[in-house]
Amino acid sequence: MRLVVDLNRCQGYAQCAFLAPDVFAMHGDESLLYNPEADPAQREDVMRAVAACPVQAILLEITDEDMANMVAPDAVAGAGSPSGGAR
Amino acid sequence: MTSTGTHDGSLERLKREGRIVVVGASLAGLRAAETMREKGFAGSLTMIGDEPYEPYDRPPLSKQVLLGNAVADHTALPRRRAIDADWRLGVPATGLDMAARRVELGNGDAVEYDRLLIATGVRARPWPNAEEGALKGVFVLRTRDDGEGLQRALAAGPRRVLVIGAGFTGSEIASACRERGLDVTVAERGDAPLVGALGGVIGAVAAEMHRENGVDLRTGVMVTSLEGDPSGRVRAAHFSDGSTVEADVVVVSLGAQRNTEWLSGSGLGAGPRGIACDAGCRAFDVRGIVTDDIYVAGDVARSPHALFGYQFLSLEHWGNAVAQADTAAHNMLSASADRRPHLWVPAFWSSQFGVNIKSVGVPPMGTEILITQGSLAERRFAAAYGYQGRLIAAVTFDNCRWLPFYEQQIEATAPFPPPFSTVDRRPEGTKPMPADFPDPSVPTHGPTITLSGYSPADRKMTFTPGR
Repeated sequence: MRLVVDLNRCQGYAQCAFLAPDVFAMHGDESLLYNPEADPAQREDVMRAVAACPVQAILLEITDEDMANMVAPDAVAGAGSPSGGAR
Repeated sequence: MTSTGTHDGSLERLKREGRIVVVGASLAGLRAAETMREKGFAGSLTMIGDEPYEPYDRPPLSKQVLLGNAVADHTALPRRRAIDADWRLGVPATGLDMAARRVELGNGDAVEYDRLLIATGVRARPWPNAEEGALKGVFVLRTRDDGEGLQRALAAGPRRVLVIGAGFTGSEIASACRERGLDVTVAERGDAPLVGALGGVIGAVAAEMHRENGVDLRTGVMVTSLEGDPSGRVRAAHFSDGSTVEADVVVVSLGAQRNTEWLSGSGLGAGPRGIACDAGCRAFDVRGIVTDDIYVAGDVARSPHALFGYQFLSLEHWGNAVAQADTAAHNMLSASADRRPHLWVPAFWSSQFGVNIKSVGVPPMGTEILITQGSLAERRFAAAYGYQGRLIAAVTFDNCRWLPFYEQQIEATAPFPPPFSTVDRRPEGTKPMPADFPDPSVPTHGPTITLSGYSPADRKMTFTPGR
C-alpha cells in the first residue's frame, strides 16, 4: 500500500498520526514523518487517516480493483477506460 | 468548453492513436502521464528513465530513510491511475532528433514521437575532484541508491560525518545524523546555513539550530581536499582555513546540475540552467522559437512566471514538478486556445532539528525581511520578504498554518511592509531589515532557486569549487 503526503498542503493537524500511528508520526511540533509503503494490515487505519485529513494531503495508491468501480471524472467520451484506453 | 481541437482533426487523431514519449520517469514524468490518460489520450505512451526503478519519491530519502524509519526501496510513488505505458527503465536518453521527431536511447534503440515531454530533472553535483569523490565513504544524496548507501553507512556508526554544504539537503542530513547520535561537522562556504535560499537573517536562526543540536558548524570555509587511507577509504578533509577534520563518512551536498547534456547539439534551447520554455511548458529551440511538439516540466524546466515579472524560474520543488507536469500534459493534448499557463506559486518545505520550515514565493528576490508573527528567538515565526514595496515571499518556522494567507497576499501583489498590524505581537518590531542575501556575484553552494532574466535580482549561482 503506497502513499505520499503533499507536504505543501500538510498543516500539521496530526489527524493521521492519531488515526494511523504506525504509519504517520509527528516529528517536532509540526513536521510529519510517514512510512511511504505501509503494511497492508494498516489499510483501514490509513483509509481513515486519508478521509480525516483536513487539507486532503494524503494520496493513497488506487488499485486496479478500486478503479474498476470508479468513473474517471475527467475522461473524454470514447477513451479513458480504466487501463488507459485501447491501443 | 470542450477541447475539440484543431479544424483538421489532427488533435483528435493524436489523442486516439498518437505517440507520446516522456523522458524522465520520476515525479513529473509520472504525474504528466497520469494526466494525459485522464484527459483521454489513448495512443501509445513510452516512459524512459535512466534509473532501473519505477518512479519514486525523493523527499523521504533525506528524512525518514536516513533516520532509519523507512527503507529506500519502499519509496515508489503511489499511482493516481494506471497509465498503460511502455516502460524503458535503466536506459538513458542520449540524443534528440527534432526533425525526425525521434529520441535516441543509450542501448541503440530509438523511439519516435508526435509529442515529447522532457522531465529529466537534476542530479547531485559531484565532488569536483573525481579521484577524491570516488573514495569509499564519500556520498552524494539524490537517488534511491544514494539514500540506501548513506543510510547503511550511518547505521554502521561512523565516528564522525562531514557534510559539505549547508543547503536544505545538507542541513537535513546533519539533523538526521544528530538524531542518530552521530558526531557531525558541517562545512559551509557561505556565512550561514540556508543563506542562499532564505538570506542571512533566517540563516542566523538556522546556524543556531545546528549549534544547539550539537553540530560542529563551520561557516565561511571551503573543503579544499579529501584524504583517503591506503585502502581507498576517506579519512579526513582539509579546509581552506588550514584546519583538518577527521571523518569516515563525507556527504557532498553542493546542490544539483540539470540533466540536459543529452540534448546538446539537438537544437533545443537546453543548457546548464535548464531547458527554456514558455509559460505553457513548450520548449524553445536555440533560435528562441517555441516548438510545437516538445514540452518540459519539473526541475529541468526554466519558464517565465507572470507573477514575478516574467522572470525565468527554475524550481527544484516537489510541488512544482506536480503542477507543471499537469499543465504540460494538459497543453500537449489541447488546441492553442485551450492551453493554460503554469502559474504555480513557488513553495517548498524542509524538516530539520524537529523544526518545520516552509516557504512560498521567491525569497531570493526579496531585499528586505520583516518578522510578521512570532519571534526569531523562539524559532516559531512567520517572516515576509519585500521587493520594491511588494510582498514577494514568506517563510515560516513551525508556523505553517499561516502560509496560505501569505500565498494569497503574494498572489494579490500585496504591499510590503504588510499593512496588517494586529494579527500577532511583534517582539522584533515592525520595521523591515535587509534580508541579507549573499552578493550574487560571489558563488555559494548550489541554490534552491535559480533566478535569471533581465531583473536586477538576476543571480548567477554557478558553483565554482575553491582551489
